[in-house]
Amino acid sequence: MLGRTANGLFWMFRYLERAENTARLLDAGLRMALTRDLVTAEEEWRSVIATSGQRQAYEAKHASYTGMQAWNFLLRETGNPASILSMFGLVRQNARLSRNAISGELWEAINENWLMIDEQLAKPVGENRVLETVATIRRAGTLARGALQGSMLREEGYHFALTGMFVERADAIARILDIKYYLLLPSLSYVGSSLDTGQWDTVLRSVSGDRAYRWLNAAQVDARSICEFLILDDRFPRSLAFCHSELRANLAALARIHGSEGQSNALMRDADMRLTNLSIDEIFDQGLHEFLLDFTSSNAAIGNAIAADYRFLS
Amino acid sequence: MSGGAEFFNEMREPDGSVRSAYSNYCQWYDGQDPKLLRRKHSEAETNFRKTGITFNVYGEDEAEERLIPFDMVPRIIDAAEWRRLSRGIEQRVSALNAFMHDLYHRQEIVRAGRLPQRLLRNNEAWLSNMVGFTPPGGVYTHITGIDLVRTGPDEFYVLEDNARTPSGVSYMLENRETMMAMFPELFLRCQVESVSDYPRRLAKSLAACAPSCAGDKPVVAVLTPGIYNSAYFEHAFLADQMGAELVEGSDLRVIDGRVAMRTTSGYKAVDVIYRRVDDEFLDPLTFNPDSVLGVPGIMDVYRAGGITIANAPGTGVCDDKAIYSFMPEIVEFYTGEKPLLPNVQTWRCADEDSLKYVLDNLAELVVKEVHGSGGYGMLVGPAATKKEVEEFRAKIVANPSNYIAQPTLSLSTCPIFTKKGLAPRHVDLRPFVLMSPDKIDITPGGLTRVALKEGSLVVNSSQGGGTKDTWVLKD
Repeated sequence: MLGRTANGLFWMFRYLERAENTARLLDAGLRMALTRDLVTAEEEWRSVIATSGQRQAYEAKHASYTGMQAWNFLLRETGNPASILSMFGLVRQNARLSRNAISGELWEAINENWLMIDEQLAKPVGENRVLETVATIRRAGTLARGALQGSMLREEGYHFALTGMFVERADAIARILDIKYYLLLPSLSYVGSSLDTGQWDTVLRSVSGDRAYRWLNAAQVDARSICEFLILDDRFPRSLAFCHSELRANLAALARIHGSEGQSNALMRDADMRLTNLSIDEIFDQGLHEFLLDFTSSNAAIGNAIAADYRFLS
Repeated sequence: MSGGAEFFNEMREPDGSVRSAYSNYCQWYDGQDPKLLRRKHSEAETNFRKTGITFNVYGEDEAEERLIPFDMVPRIIDAAEWRRLSRGIEQRVSALNAFMHDLYHRQEIVRAGRLPQRLLRNNEAWLSNMVGFTPPGGVYTHITGIDLVRTGPDEFYVLEDNARTPSGVSYMLENRETMMAMFPELFLRCQVESVSDYPRRLAKSLAACAPSCAGDKPVVAVLTPGIYNSAYFEHAFLADQMGAELVEGSDLRVIDGRVAMRTTSGYKAVDVIYRRVDDEFLDPLTFNPDSVLGVPGIMDVYRAGGITIANAPGTGVCDDKAIYSFMPEIVEFYTGEKPLLPNVQTWRCADEDSLKYVLDNLAELVVKEVHGSGGYGMLVGPAATKKEVEEFRAKIVANPSNYIAQPTLSLSTCPIFTKKGLAPRHVDLRPFVLMSPDKIDITPGGLTRVALKEGSLVVNSSQGGGTKDTWVLKD
């Protein structure tokens, strides 16, 4: 396979994952806003935008936080480089670039969804359409993953797609946790307050983990248990531990196909050792922010090593 | 132009009865519910969008993707007609290939006084780098599209030869796929020659032209200018169907005298490049130094026998319309036979007598630029306003050798599906021809282009043309 094609597959699934993560976050925001009055809703939208990592871009364009503004910003606004619309454009562009390395089924899943999303996001999205639009976007991700699983040869292309997906997912979860912990609360005295609990709920919902978490942890909503769930519980497909075990498996498969290990495998092993030997208490002792910072940078290093090992760009 | 009787209608005899090639189809059609057909028609478009069969149009800022309209009434050619056509096409393509070889070697045809030297000297597509060099297997024109028009029961003419980088074959294939998906029962009723193995035949034909340094299974790659090229869909489609890599210039470099592509496990030599990049962009060291689409040094590798480039650089000479006007002589010179497929009568404005005739009859003629393509830069006299004719006259007078003229042909018509039922529209036909050292292989059918506007004679997709599935019936 061409290095450029591998790069296309990797990024196709990174962008798809990124768009889907934003959609999940948006979904969480919408659900919270529905249950609160307008004033708290403003607070909710502020934290949704902050969690998306686009606070600066948003505040450069808007003086206030309203639901309509916030969701249109995340969905389609041109001032937002990470809008779902532009992510999907990139997904499709990378799919076109890798057209002869993906199955027809996968291509059609991507292309059809892009046509639909492009149409739904052509105009500003009003209250009556926003839930449906978010559902379409989430379905698009599910459909593409299904087509990948159900129709792609278990060759290197398949593994490049999945490595892109899990590098992105791990990055997004770490970022969401960090923003929650480090940025969202006005001050430490709010820990344990209803604002705090509400935000943790949003975090869980934004990775679609609220039900799974409750099922495993009954009614206990505290920072430590939620962090343990999202960082270390490898049963949950949107935890850091799960992302890493998938990433490790796909990198191992790539090494097998190529007959040798690269820098990415070595970095993966190091990162694995650090994660598997940790308990949540140790993470909190070390400082959650420091831990997450360290995780994000090692995750990014693995991403770069994959690009170098498999000659994505040169 | 008044429609109707003066044009050859491929479906119906002048008395309104159905010609034999269409009899099965018409029987089927008469039994269909028009409402259902209308629905199928719009489904077809949705289907093309879903599969992403689009071509890019260059707008102000960015390329926009468009669909080429598809008409669901097939264009049907019977077996005997096709046999006659393919003999003529085969003769023409083998003459073109022999001509290319001669052109870049001894130029016997010029020495024999059958072709003026100036046509080569002034030809933009002529490449001095090709002089004295013979490509692997002696093949220059690996893939050719011969544009044919019909004016009567047995009257087919060649309108253009496309040996540079003929496009459109993906539409031939997808139009058939779409027809089979929409009307499977039609294919039980009518025995139609298959076109679907074209990619396999292309891969085989290209592999047979591999250089001697290639292994048992030559590595074939399709070279595309990239996703913004108007025919990118076709490049990706063909690579996919052939099981070949789709490469861009930036994926390739010259290593140890071979052209190699950057794969995830290092550089791997390529034996045959099916390039969809024009000559001038192929090699920045040899041609356009600003080109980022090509591969520095590929021409040196080529001349040293390290790679096959399809089509060979310099074959664009065949597409030249001044050369075209000499095709009857060219065919006869290299095959020793009279051409089986006639040319359309052509006046070369470079000749004084012809120029006078053209200027005197401008309003009745079609005038084309010698190097033009895609229906641009041409005058269709009968359809043009007085002002347009006069403006074109000035251009011709200023540079006569840049133009040729042809009579306005009475292109045959084929019915298309409209809201009011079937209605005749003008069509042409581009069959696709593959050439390898021991074989010329013509896929039965080709791309039928149709002028969707009533009365229009311009079938180019850039100017309101559409396409049809083309059927060659089995015996």
